[in-house]
This record gives sequence, structure tokens and C-alpha cells, in this order.
Amino acid sequence: MKRIIAFITVVVVSTAIMAWTTPDLLKNVRLGLDLKGGFEILYEASPIEGGAKVTRESLLKTAQSLEERANKLGTSEPEVTTEGTERIRLKLAGVTDEAEVRKQMKEPASLTFRSKDGTETDPNQYNKIEMIGTDFAENGAKLEFTQMNEPIVGIKVKSKDKFAEVTKRLLGKPLAIYMNETLISDPVVQAVLTDGTASISVGGDLDKAKELRDQINLGALPLKLTEKYSQSVGATLGKQSLKQTIEAGLIASVLIILFMVAMYRIPGLFAGFALIVHTWLLILVFVWADFTLTLPGVAAFILGIGMAVDANIITNERIREEIRSGKSIMSAVKAGGKHSFRTVMDSNITTIIVAAVMYMFGTGAVKGFALVLIVEIVLSIATNIYFSRFLQNLLIKAGKLSKPKYFGIKESEIREL
Amino acid sequence: MSSNHKNIKTLDFVHLSKYFYIFSITLTVLGLIFLAIFGLNYSVDFKAGSNVDMTLTKNLTAEEVTPILEKLEISKDADLTVGDQRMSIRFNEVLNETQDHQLKEEILKLDGGASFEVNTVDPEMAKELARNAIYAVLISCIGIIIYVSIRFEWRFAVAAIVALLHDAFMVVAVFSIFRFEVDLTFIIAVLTIIGYSINDTIVIFDRIRENLRFAKQKTTTDLHELVNHSVSQTIMRSLYTALTVFIAAFFLYLFGGESIKMFSLAMVIGLLFGAYSSIFIASPLWFVLKSKQKNKPAKAS
Repeated sequence: MKRIIAFITVVVVSTAIMAWTTPDLLKNVRLGLDLKGGFEILYEASPIEGGAKVTRESLLKTAQSLEERANKLGTSEPEVTTEGTERIRLKLAGVTDEAEVRKQMKEPASLTFRSKDGTETDPNQYNKIEMIGTDFAENGAKLEFTQMNEPIVGIKVKSKDKFAEVTKRLLGKPLAIYMNETLISDPVVQAVLTDGTASISVGGDLDKAKELRDQINLGALPLKLTEKYSQSVGATLGKQSLKQTIEAGLIASVLIILFMVAMYRIPGLFAGFALIVHTWLLILVFVWADFTLTLPGVAAFILGIGMAVDANIITNERIREEIRSGKSIMSAVKAGGKHSFRTVMDSNITTIIVAAVMYMFGTGAVKGFALVLIVEIVLSIATNIYFSRFLQNLLIKAGKLSKPKYFGIKESEIREL
Repeated sequence: MSSNHKNIKTLDFVHLSKYFYIFSITLTVLGLIFLAIFGLNYSVDFKAGSNVDMTLTKNLTAEEVTPILEKLEISKDADLTVGDQRMSIRFNEVLNETQDHQLKEEILKLDGGASFEVNTVDPEMAKELARNAIYAVLISCIGIIIYVSIRFEWRFAVAAIVALLHDAFMVVAVFSIFRFEVDLTFIIAVLTIIGYSINDTIVIFDRIRENLRFAKQKTTTDLHELVNHSVSQTIMRSLYTALTVFIAAFFLYLFGGESIKMFSLAMVIGLLFGAYSSIFIASPLWFVLKSKQKNKPAKAS
């Protein structure tokens, strides 16, 4: 009787916990851009000056600056990650104007201060690069006002000596500011500047001053970025994919559970219940670990449901075999569980090996898929081996599963000992 | 149903495998020929270019969209596929930002409710993806060989690897023969098949190993019978485990999101070959390897 109560308690309590927490959990699953719509770009960073190497630090700084800029664009939770030694993946949800995003992300790639070196063919051309974006302090450019209330841009450099040398050499000559190959402004150097700061006059235009300030700050971005891959998914399309795929998963799950019950009767029910617990746990892990669920991830999720019950199939087939050979239910369950455990572990571990390799070599979608698969297999060992076995044993020990027909076996199939 | 089981269970799997070897080898050769001549139908994931997928609120025709492409000067090599309230256009050249933007604007003029998915891949990235996939397959195989060799013996490992490479290649061959589109998710599918198709094989091998422990095999005939017996003991559970995953993959294919259609199709095909190969290829192959070893001491004595 105690065991019956324990059994009922476990089932009722776990069902209640699942029913109570699931709506909240589902709301908190972090969805990938392919499901909620958004814009993803993979950049490859290369140094503006040839020959230099992309350092870990500069890559991180670039990523950080991209994130700041993405935040400025007002996108919700921009996700910027570095990959390998020279790549940055940028994920933006709810972008309405991709063209603007791309422009903003890429344009400030190379800020240079230039002077003339005599090779110019045009008066508005400056060929000698004196200073580059990285020479300027990050976020060092500020909007200032003169006493005449004229807007000017105050800038700050990292090396005072270098700036002093440049301003001394170019005193009275123009020092042109270039963004990529576009001349923005070519102020004339008015004095030798030794304290590492300067102000640039833009002719009283406030908007122009603001733009110059932003461009110089953005220009402190140390690396040049080239787009290697991009994906943009409309929000409606993403939602539609999610809905369709989940529906497909629900249909498949119901059929799998029906199959299990039809084949294995009571143990099939346990397998079905364990499967529900398994799915709930998987969602829980995703929310807790803050993993992002992508469409291939959902696919892995659903395939994994089919894989999780494999453990039950193998175990129950083995138990039935033992019952058929004439063993009592109790010893058949024991022997079946013991023998099938090794098979189940071997087959799960080989799948984990492949999933781990996929995770190591994959990027983006492949990684997401592999991650779900690994988590799922590990969880299935807990739920579809241990948990369903635990429930089954409670009932067997309580003497409730004493007949072979509960395992889907006819008495006539049992061999006499 | 139960008489059916009996029929399946009394088959001489080892003997029958000859015909299945012929079948598999024929399909492999056919696949190789198709691959050599036609290659695979790569999507933009592997070929540099852009792919624009549109979900529409009404049906647009190619006649309506082609002028837009011509106007934007991107109609060259553009490949239009029109579906029910869907349309996808594939460009062999990477769309630049302005073209991308203008295309969307123009389509939105035709259908204000259109939703887009645009994928662009640099050729370098595509090569890298393919290279990583090949590495992943090789390293997975090495991992499985090591694990199976430790847990079982090298003959099981070799037979298992042959079977799973067979499954993976069959999927590639079928995709080449039927010109199905190969995208990034296809790689995932092939890798998953490699990881999963071995499960069925392990179930049967495990039984062979167990039966080996309790049986004395003096002759090849004994071994032949042991393999047949082991397969017939485990064939149903091996099929059932494949069936449950098959159900999942099949419904994903029928109802799942558009961008994992090809993935699901590859899974469905791979699972079918996986179930087939673990019964008719892997175990008989192990028998061939094992009986070679058996013969030696027999002759000596």
C-alpha cells in the first residue's frame, strides 16, 4: 500500500509541477533569430593596416563596439559573439531597417587623418596617412561649444608625442579627416598641440559637428570588417516555422506514445510519462542554462523524443523476452533491466560522440542542433531509463503488475521452464 | 502480424545478405556516377550567392517578379521557385546591400504582408562549411571505431563503420539522383544519421556478443547460425527503435518549418537505410570478418 501511495504521489506531484511551471518556462525560452525573426551577420575582421595581426584584445574590443552601436540602434538584446580568432557574429532581433544597420556597422571601419605628400593629383586629395582611428582615444571625441556658442568637436589622442609631432610638422597646413575614402573635413592645423587634445571647427553646423564626433568615436574601432555570411528572417516567417514545427512535434509525440502503449501496455504508459517529464526537463535546462533554441534545435528536440523511447523499447523487449522464457515478472524485470542497460548506454554513447564532434566543428545552426541532441540524450538516460524503471518497480513491488498481459504478452507465448 | 514476425525471424540473414550487398553496391555505384556527372544540387549555404525566401499573403507569379529583377539588374542567373504563397529566388552572385534592400521594397509594393528570409554566403565560408563537415564525419568515425573497438572488438567496429558510411553515402546518393537541394541542414542530417544509425547496429551486435559468450562455435556454420539467431532475436526491437525516430522525422518532413524540410527528408531516407543496413549489411559483414579468423585455427588443428 505504501508503494501505491508513493507511486501516486510521484505521478501527481510531478504532473502538477509540470503543469504549473510549463507556461512560464515556455515564455522564458530564448528563441533564435530564425524563430523570432531577425538579422544575423558574420563578420571577418582584418587589421586596417596590412601586416598587423588581429589580436584577441582588438577582436573583443571590436565586438564590444559593435554591441554598443547595435544598442544605439535600439535593437532588443543584440547578441555579439566572437568566433575563432578573427570572426564576429552579430545577431539582432526585430531589425526593421537592415540597410541602415549594415551601414552603421560597417561604415566607420577606417578613420584616417591624412596630409599631402606631393603625389596628389587633385587639391582635395590627401595621400599620406598621418594617424588612424586607433590613435584616438575611444569615446574621446566630444561635442563642445566655443564662447561664441559655435559647436566644435573636441578630440583626444592616445599618444601626445605623436600628435605633437604631426601638428608641429603640419602647422598651418590642412590635416584631412577621412572616413574610408571619403573626405569629411580638412581643418587647418592652427597650433602645435602637445596635450593630446584638439578641437575641430566645422563651420558652426551643429548636425555636422555631431556627425563628426560620432564618426571619430566609431572610428576608434580598431578592425575592418568584411561580411562573410548573413541571414535575415522576417518575424512572421520565424513564428510560422516555430508553430509548424511544434505542431509536427506534437503529432509525432502523440503517435510515439500511442505506439508505446499499444506495444508495451503498462510499461508503455510509463515510457510515455517519462517522455513528458523528459521534454519538460529539456525545456527547464534550456531556460536555466539560457541556451538559445533555433529551428534545427527544435528539430533535434523532436527527433530526440523518438530516440529517448529507444531505451524503453530495448528494455521492454528484453523484459518480454525474459518473461517468455518463463521467468517470473519480478525476475524478468530485473534481468531485463540489467541486460538492456549496457545496450542502451553503448548506443547512446556513440550518438553522443558524434553530437560532440558536431558541436566542436559546427557553427551556428549545427552547434545548436548538436547541443540539443547531447542534452537530450543525457536527460533521456535519467528519465527513460531510471525514472520509468523507478515507477515500474514501485508498482511491481506493490504486486500490481503481476500478469504478463500488462506487458503485452499472451500467456500462450510463455515457454514452460 | 504475428505470423509475419515469424517469417521475418526465420530468414537466413547471412545468406540473404549477398543479394543486399549487390543492391547496396549497385546503389553506391549509381550514386558515385550521379555525383561524378551531376554533383549535388547545392543551395546557397555551399555556393556563394544569395537566397531570398518569401512568405506572401497572396500568390505572386514569376511574371510579376521578373521585371523587378531586371530593373535591379539582378535577373541574370536568378532562379525563381514559386509556391503557394511562397516564393524563393536564388542568385548566384551575392546581392549587395542596396540590391537586397531595393528588392524587398519592390516586393513589398506588390504584397505589403510579405516576410523575407535572406541568406548570403561568401564562397570562402561555403568551402569552410564543407571542409568542417568532412572533418566532422572523419573524426566521428574515428571516435566510433575507438569506442566500439574498446567495448566490443575491432571487427564489430569495422562492420559498424561500413554500415554507417553506407547509410550516410546512400543519403548523399539519393539527394544527388533526385536533385534534392543540399543545404547546411543536410550536413546536420548526415551527421545525425551517422550518430544514430549505429544505435540499431549496436543493439544487434550486443546480442551477438552475448550469444557468443554462451555458445561454442566450432565451425563457420555455427557462427552463421549464431548471427542469424541474434538478428532474429533483436530484429523487431531494432526496427521499433528506428520506427519511433522515423515517426518524428516523417512528421517534421510533412508539417515542419520550410527551412528544415530537406533536413527531415534526409533524416527519413537515412533512417530507412540505417535500419536496413544494421540488419542486412553490418551483422553479415561481421560474420564474414569473423569467419575468416575462425578458419585459421580450424585448419591448424
